[in-house]
Amino acid sequence: MDDVFKALADPTRRRILDELVERDGQTLFEICARLVTKHGLGLSRQAVSQHLAVLESAGLVVTRRQGRYKFHDLDTAPLERAMTRWLRPDTPESSP
Amino acid sequence: MKIYVTSVFVEDQEKALRFYTDVLGFVKKHDVPLGGEARWLTVVSPEAPEGTELLLEPSGHPAVGPYKAALVDDGIPAASFAVDDVAAEFARLRALGVEFTQEPLEMGPVTTAVLDDTCGNLIQIVHNAGA
Repeated sequence: MDDVFKALADPTRRRILDELVERDGQTLFEICARLVTKHGLGLSRQAVSQHLAVLESAGLVVTRRQGRYKFHDLDTAPLERAMTRWLRPDTPESSP
Repeated sequence: MKIYVTSVFVEDQEKALRFYTDVLGFVKKHDVPLGGEARWLTVVSPEAPEGTELLLEPSGHPAVGPYKAALVDDGIPAASFAVDDVAAEFARLRALGVEFTQEPLEMGPVTTAVLDDTCGNLIQIVHNAGA
């Protein structure tokens, strides 16, 4: 749960999620291209990789291997779980 | 000084020649035996037969494999070719069975897509409407 909020607390990571909403299954190259051309975020590949790692550890991004390629998919399930306690308070929620 | 040749490393020159000519549409320019199996094998665009050549270079050196694999892993193209219409090329090439790691993406005046050359490389096609 903390991982989800930590992941969302950064504007660049929210931009990455915006772009994955637009199209799922992007390579690192495409994510970098989108950040620099659409948002003027000229980050190094390493920096984008690190942001993706944070999103992945929160479960918001899932890396999918397909042969020699590697694609990044969005998974909104952790958001649902994090927000249910306020949106639908009657649903059992174990996390603090 | 000018750029007369640039290269992509290919695992199999014959297979590469077929892909770069039959599928992408380039034409063979030079094909010179270099001893052993290796050839000095270049292609050019039919739109610029005297333009920059693309060398289909054997990827025998041990450093080439890991280099190519790392680029493909991150989706990074080894070369970039200009086209008039990215969406049309995407449709044409996909109908021919070409795999894309990035479908056409519009970024302001620039549209790109990234395909697999079946020889261990990703290739970007690009159209710049502002150019």
